[in-house]
Amino acid sequence: MIDISKLTIVSAREALKKGEFTSRELTQACIDAIKSKDGEIHAFLEVFSNALAQADEADKQIKNGVDLPLLGIPVALKDNILVKGEKASAGSKILENFIAPYDSTATQKLQQAGAVIVGRTNCDEFAMGSSTENSAYGPTKNPLDTSRVPGGSSGGSAAAVAAGFVIAALGSDTGGSIRQPAAFCGIVGMKPTYGRVSRNGLIAMASSLDQIGPFTKTAEDAEIIYNVIKGQDRMDSTTLDGKTFPAHGHEGNSREKSSHLTIGVPRSFFESSLDKAVLENFNQAVKKFESLGYKTKDIELPTLKYSLAVYYILMPAEVSSNLARFDGVKYGLHVDGVNSIDDYFKTRGEGFGPETRRRVILGTYVLSSGYYDAYYGTAVNMKAAITKELREAFKDVDLILTPTTPTPAWKFGEKSDPLSMYLADIFTVPANISGCPSMSLPSGEVDGLPLGALLTADLGNETALFEAGKSFQG
Amino acid sequence: MNKEEVLKLAKLARVGIGEDEADKLSHEFDAILKYVGEIKGAQMTNDQIPNSKPDLRNIMREDSNPHEAGIYTEAILSQAPQREGNFLKVKKIL
Repeated sequence: MIDISKLTIVSAREALKKGEFTSRELTQACIDAIKSKDGEIHAFLEVFSNALAQADEADKQIKNGVDLPLLGIPVALKDNILVKGEKASAGSKILENFIAPYDSTATQKLQQAGAVIVGRTNCDEFAMGSSTENSAYGPTKNPLDTSRVPGGSSGGSAAAVAAGFVIAALGSDTGGSIRQPAAFCGIVGMKPTYGRVSRNGLIAMASSLDQIGPFTKTAEDAEIIYNVIKGQDRMDSTTLDGKTFPAHGHEGNSREKSSHLTIGVPRSFFESSLDKAVLENFNQAVKKFESLGYKTKDIELPTLKYSLAVYYILMPAEVSSNLARFDGVKYGLHVDGVNSIDDYFKTRGEGFGPETRRRVILGTYVLSSGYYDAYYGTAVNMKAAITKELREAFKDVDLILTPTTPTPAWKFGEKSDPLSMYLADIFTVPANISGCPSMSLPSGEVDGLPLGALLTADLGNETALFEAGKSFQG
Repeated sequence: MNKEEVLKLAKLARVGIGEDEADKLSHEFDAILKYVGEIKGAQMTNDQIPNSKPDLRNIMREDSNPHEAGIYTEAILSQAPQREGNFLKVKKIL
């Protein structure tokens, strides 16, 4: 019996190569684990019927001596990443029966690297939420404590990896939707630099912030997936070529060794919002980096505190525009009204859940004439100011370290007013606002619940994240 | 914000909502707008205000090499809630 919860991409690839088990056996072990435990956790919305056939194909290649980074490795995809011929609902009733007519670029890259795509995982509707409680298909539970949320919006992907249903998964991160659930489930979650991974075939939430990234047990595995899915794509004009951001200091001769990396700690940004136990956990992470030879220094980032406010203006504005495409005409749900415009009201009123309706209407407000300059215009300027402040800081330090979240996973129903839920993203949002790459690492537990340490690097400097992540995890 | 304003916004956004939801949203929006409104008071110094040329700009590709006409038609139209032949079917507009 293969225990998926003990396997990493690295160890599973090794075992597949040595013939200790086949990809079919490995994939079957995933399916068995899902069958026996996912009734309670609800990480998956669907296990794809061709999962074992994909595994057989991988086994053939392994037998023929083919070596690919993910050959035979079972992975799961968040329900907003398209796989041709499979349903993709983005956790929404409005796309309940939508069949993806094409593969996302990330899907294609996973397939080319030999991955077995086991199924699609639950998420907050259109990736809007921090707990998966906004999924139209019911919440996912945290595998470490089923009375608590797994985080969100990519909660299903995080739970699937943490519960040992798959070895790795993809999610999408618009304001923290990979890193926050990774922290709540005790695993690694990483958001690449904006533009590093193609958004082609990712159901859009806020296009200037959305980015696909991996959930894994280790930073080493996250790097493997990142290297598979990254790259410029003619189907997404915001993707970057390899030269957009010049090589970083530590990649040059002078600062080659990770023990010379410097970590900045913006204490005044987060300290007042933490309780003692969470702060103590964070201080332990700082000490661990210091014991590994990293230099740490306190830094001031006075503009960072506006990140969440900027986010809750820009994001709903983009949501209201992006979700205008759901009209009951082209695809998805159609609810009949008395006339053509009533079709829109009924389809969108019934097809969108409460949080989606809230954000679409809020976005309409901040973009409406009379309020546009005060909200959207100011937020765009502030976004640039935050980015500038962070990039200035990265002239002095290689990485910035904060907690991933102000608290560990909360109980279902605990955050009933929207603003208190939004505040859960306070530490993860700056990386989306600035476009910087960012990764949450498991940093131990408080009262039996996992917490994360969040590393953020300069635009294009994923290398520093992986280097520090790997040494932190030993 | 009051209930009537929320209903007007919902109408602009083409989202059908009831009076109760509009009332609830009006209170939630007050709290959210109070929070995000913080940035209106933030003082930005001149060097923080972005210059007009953004670092990242859209990259356009040549509008050339079209795919063969019609090869995606069925895949796309098969998703339409209502169709007639190769057309999307809607209620009369005018």
